[in-house]
Amino acid sequence: MKLSASGRENFYFYLFIMPWLIGFIIFALYPIAASLFYSFTDYDIISSPKFVGLANYQELFQDDLFYKSIWVTFKYTIISVPLTLILSLIFAMLINQKIPAKGFFRTAMYFPSMVSGVSMSLLWFWIFNPQIGFFNYILSWFGVKPQLWFLDEHLALWALIIMSFWGMGAGMLIFLAALQGVPASLLEAAKLDGASRWSTFWNVTFPMISPIFLFQLIMAIIESFQVFTPAYVMTQGGPNYSTRFYVYHLYESAFKNFRLGYASAMAWLLLIAVLIITYIIMKTSNRYVYYEGGKES
Amino acid sequence: MMNRQLISRGLAFLILIVCTAAMISPIFFMISTSLKTKSEMLLFPPTWIPQSFQWDNFKELFTNEEIKFGVLYQNSIIIAVLTVIGTVFSSAVVAYGFSRYRGKGRNLLFMLMISTMMLPYPAIMIPQFLLFSDMNWMDTFLPLIVPAFFGSAYQIFLLRQFFNTLPNELYDSGKIDGASELRMFSSIALPLSGPALATVAIFSFVWSWNDLLGPVLYLNSQEKFTLPIGMAAMISSKFRIAPWNLLMCAAIMAVIPVVALFAVAQKRFTEGIVLTGIK
Repeated sequence: MKLSASGRENFYFYLFIMPWLIGFIIFALYPIAASLFYSFTDYDIISSPKFVGLANYQELFQDDLFYKSIWVTFKYTIISVPLTLILSLIFAMLINQKIPAKGFFRTAMYFPSMVSGVSMSLLWFWIFNPQIGFFNYILSWFGVKPQLWFLDEHLALWALIIMSFWGMGAGMLIFLAALQGVPASLLEAAKLDGASRWSTFWNVTFPMISPIFLFQLIMAIIESFQVFTPAYVMTQGGPNYSTRFYVYHLYESAFKNFRLGYASAMAWLLLIAVLIITYIIMKTSNRYVYYEGGKES
Repeated sequence: MMNRQLISRGLAFLILIVCTAAMISPIFFMISTSLKTKSEMLLFPPTWIPQSFQWDNFKELFTNEEIKFGVLYQNSIIIAVLTVIGTVFSSAVVAYGFSRYRGKGRNLLFMLMISTMMLPYPAIMIPQFLLFSDMNWMDTFLPLIVPAFFGSAYQIFLLRQFFNTLPNELYDSGKIDGASELRMFSSIALPLSGPALATVAIFSFVWSWNDLLGPVLYLNSQEKFTLPIGMAAMISSKFRIAPWNLLMCAAIMAVIPVVALFAVAQKRFTEGIVLTGIK
């Protein structure tokens, strides 16, 4: 086989990336397009899809449950994501000092992150048990009356938010690595200039770790748009739809009620929401994100 | 000055102790419940340490005919191991392609690849479901395993970053020795990537191990269930027979492989850091 240098380069490039390229077309590109197509149809799996134009979207915007699922997801995201990020940064900074038993604290804070998925849901369902749960027991130390948690429509989502804080260790570990990458010379220079701790944080430390903060923020938001496991395992979206997350509503519409067209419309709106949020965060980020070594888009 | 620093460090230490205790207490409670008798687990206020340690709870979990925990465990291991093999192999190949060759359209394709990292699975799951059901793959492990053999964007990105740090001279010396392109990948790039490949393996194992939505869509019969879907079924009304102490045993058993992997990996990670530091 005789090939020019650039021909060789092309040949091997496409040879090596072939698995991804095929997978991308079958498992990403095709589903995105097909999803859009199905969103304009009425489809129940058994009979073939019927074209209905924008009817699914019209129905969505008149559907109380759809709005409810957006509200639940939004409320969860707006509370859980910033608090979890800030808490994990604070704990990373606390551990990143000259204190004894550093390694122990790091492991102990990280450990809960390994209890994830369904195991985490099982554990917290038990902890929030209204009659004999551990959480009510702890609250009783402070004179708080036992709460119903997952049986109370005003508390169920809050219980899930509390549970989400428990997983902050993973983010903390990443921030810890980022903090250790902040050059000591910069921190010393700030100290010599007599900068307070507060201003050192905002003018030196935070700018240095801001790209990682940004990445974590975007991924955390995208992830919290897709909460499914706790709703499926613990609450089935209840009580009174108070934990009916967007993706749980999508799942039930598609695979319980077999309304695949309607659910596909929801899928497309989710895709657009993720795109818009990512775009807005990236656009506004150059105000507070500092990239070492100059411009990097 | 010195005093103020000491006080603030002391304060940080105190806060850490209290918060660590709060973070660890659910795990303590999980372990303690798993070792209690049925009657003790229902006591309120709960006991911190079981009156007598019921190690048989774990035995019952595996021998109970209705829970079939051993089957769940086995299914989860089969799926996770095959997913890891597929992901590591294909992601390494693709990452190497992106890192080493300047093919036409590389930047565009790379951007596309990066953007799929943000693609929410629920947004594409309906067509995927229909695709796999047309292929008669329902109630088999295939829909959960086969996509892994086409690489995962996040892992490709991670490995590509790693391959980019390998110096070009390595390949030049390979060329002088007359090694083919495939040989350079398999006998130069791969052997140097141990820690990076281990990272990818662990991430993909944990991801597959914890995945609930995939098995919920594709697995229908109880003999095919994985741990997450099987454990979810245990607390749903159908299988409410599973008492809380056994459920906590199940949660612990499901978490153990993840903890073990991270424990081993921590050593590998630091080895990797030390190795690159020496160079």
